[in-house]
Amino acid sequence: MEFDLAEAGVRELNRFLHDTASSGSRVEVGNPSGRHNIAVGAMHECTVRVNGHVGYYCAGMNRNADIVVRGNAGPGLAENMMSGTVRVQGNASQYCGATAHGGLLVVEGDASARCGISLKGLDIVVGGSIGHMSAFMAQTGRLVVCGDAAESLGDSIYEARIYVRGKAAGLGTDCIERPMESEHLEELGELLDRARMSHPAQEFRRYGSARRLYNFDVDNASAY
Amino acid sequence: MSDKIDQSWLLESATFSRPVIREIQRAAREGIYDIRGFGAKRKLPTFDDLLLLGASMSRYPLEGYREKCDTRVTLGTRFAATPLEIATPVTIAGMSFGALSAQAKEGLARGATEVGTSTTTGDGGMTPEEREHSKLLVYQYLPSRYGMNPDDLRKADAIEIVVGQGAKPGGGGMLLGQKISDRVAEMRDLPKGIDQRSACRHPDWTGPDDLEIKIQELREITDWQVPIYIKVGATRTFFDVQLAVKAGADVVVVDGMQGGTAATQDVFIEHVGIPTLPAVRIAVDALKDLGMHREVQLIVSGGIRSGADVAKALALGADAVSIGTAALIAMGDNSPEYEKDYNELGSSAGYYDDYQDGQDPTGISTQDPDLGERLDPAMAGRRVANYLRVLTLELQTLARAAGKTNVRNLEPEDLVALTVEAAAMARVPLAGTDWIPGFEKTR
Repeated sequence: MEFDLAEAGVRELNRFLHDTASSGSRVEVGNPSGRHNIAVGAMHECTVRVNGHVGYYCAGMNRNADIVVRGNAGPGLAENMMSGTVRVQGNASQYCGATAHGGLLVVEGDASARCGISLKGLDIVVGGSIGHMSAFMAQTGRLVVCGDAAESLGDSIYEARIYVRGKAAGLGTDCIERPMESEHLEELGELLDRARMSHPAQEFRRYGSARRLYNFDVDNASAY
Repeated sequence: MSDKIDQSWLLESATFSRPVIREIQRAAREGIYDIRGFGAKRKLPTFDDLLLLGASMSRYPLEGYREKCDTRVTLGTRFAATPLEIATPVTIAGMSFGALSAQAKEGLARGATEVGTSTTTGDGGMTPEEREHSKLLVYQYLPSRYGMNPDDLRKADAIEIVVGQGAKPGGGGMLLGQKISDRVAEMRDLPKGIDQRSACRHPDWTGPDDLEIKIQELREITDWQVPIYIKVGATRTFFDVQLAVKAGADVVVVDGMQGGTAATQDVFIEHVGIPTLPAVRIAVDALKDLGMHREVQLIVSGGIRSGADVAKALALGADAVSIGTAALIAMGDNSPEYEKDYNELGSSAGYYDDYQDGQDPTGISTQDPDLGERLDPAMAGRRVANYLRVLTLELQTLARAAGKTNVRNLEPEDLVALTVEAAAMARVPLAGTDWIPGFEKTR
């Protein structure tokens, strides 16, 4: 099925993905031209290929679908995604993967600020670098960065795991470097394979919560 | 000679009263601010400061037990394919599973459904019990996105994007670790026993322009079926309401500073925001200024207790009200029946506000399974339904007395104020005068 968004509206595409698509459906989307809310709320095991740049919230709340954006993505890419796979061949703007619960999100280029904010189980692999305050309040899930991470990485992080191959410009509150054990090398290697990234897992460092702020203690007030 | 000192000559400081002294010494002892539930306890201008003008020679009343006075309201008529039809203009406000027990959430759902109105989820997501027992369920979309998923979103009858709440506009929330049961932890994707912070800002939009696109996303995911509300705490209400309309809301919910909370700093509850009374009038002004009054419906909340409060809010231009604290009280919160238990917690019936600590003897604001068992959801639902019916009957009584066949025909002209402050805030004349402080003579 093909949708030329210069002709058909985003509504028509999303309606098809909700009502008509089924497991195995293949959808090609042309002329996205930065439109917002492309392929949001998909729920079937179909493939969606978007040929161009997308605006806000592309692939938002995706469940099951395999979505590829052959371009760059605006803010909120794959926000609250539940499962399936989303891949962006260019760069992604702010808050990609925000609050997402599951599946795999791959950004082949760079991701901007607050990548993986409030993460709830999604795995994110970024081929390039990420912006500041990424993985802020990330609860669970994994964020893999093949490039560098900007300031305040993992601020107020809970149980999510962060792997960075390059340099972290600074760690946020209660985020610390943690040792790379064999289980981490194994899970990271698997994630890189799934994301089709060729870097050796041994080149990455792991970051996570120091768990000092899990329960409010007045003696920690200066940390906030 | 008696050991007791004659205290009749002692003069208590108005500035450093006994509660103030007690709080200073508690703060000095514990080194942390007071976190509590309930809502503002300070004296504020309220709907009690307004009076309704019943019909007489110049107006024609309706017969109380014979002539119809319609209470039905439709919410979400602007864009949604399926607006919400409620039988009474009183809805149940959002309160989370986590803050409240599953039994309490079920009780609220049962009560609302029995009278044909809506109830609302809260931070932490939608429970199956709540959905099952709610004919009309509003799904809150909050900054934390705890439990948020597209399947529940599609099960909702309306979506309420929470930007803020009256008890803490500008503040996030905290569910303390002692209330994090296995079930709550699982729903929120966090380990058991740790404090769960609810963020004060949404993670994936930063202003009304972004919010407009976010609303379109939610509409796309739900195929433009259900209404989308935006809830704000009452502060800069005129601008907030206008921006909510601009962002595409079907319904705006304005929560005054008397609105309740499960856990917030006392300093926040008592010192941030504006009371519900002025907030209603300002919100209506904002809608009228855009030509959107009645096209975008207005729900107000924060300290609504009686049918008189409902009637006055509607007269000022609201389409409906929401109740939270009052619904908990209807289920048994602060009941003298539990006086002994309250005493053991250092409180007393009528004063209890420690919703945050999970030891609520009524089984309402707790996750303790033994305490939760104390609350029978069917009985709680019945009480909520009874209370909602009383509010509706009181509302109809007052509306009929003012000659209205529909409660939404109540208008500011039906009101006068008892105090100068209330007259200025509600913009109705001081009783016995034609004076509206701060405004030119209107009639």
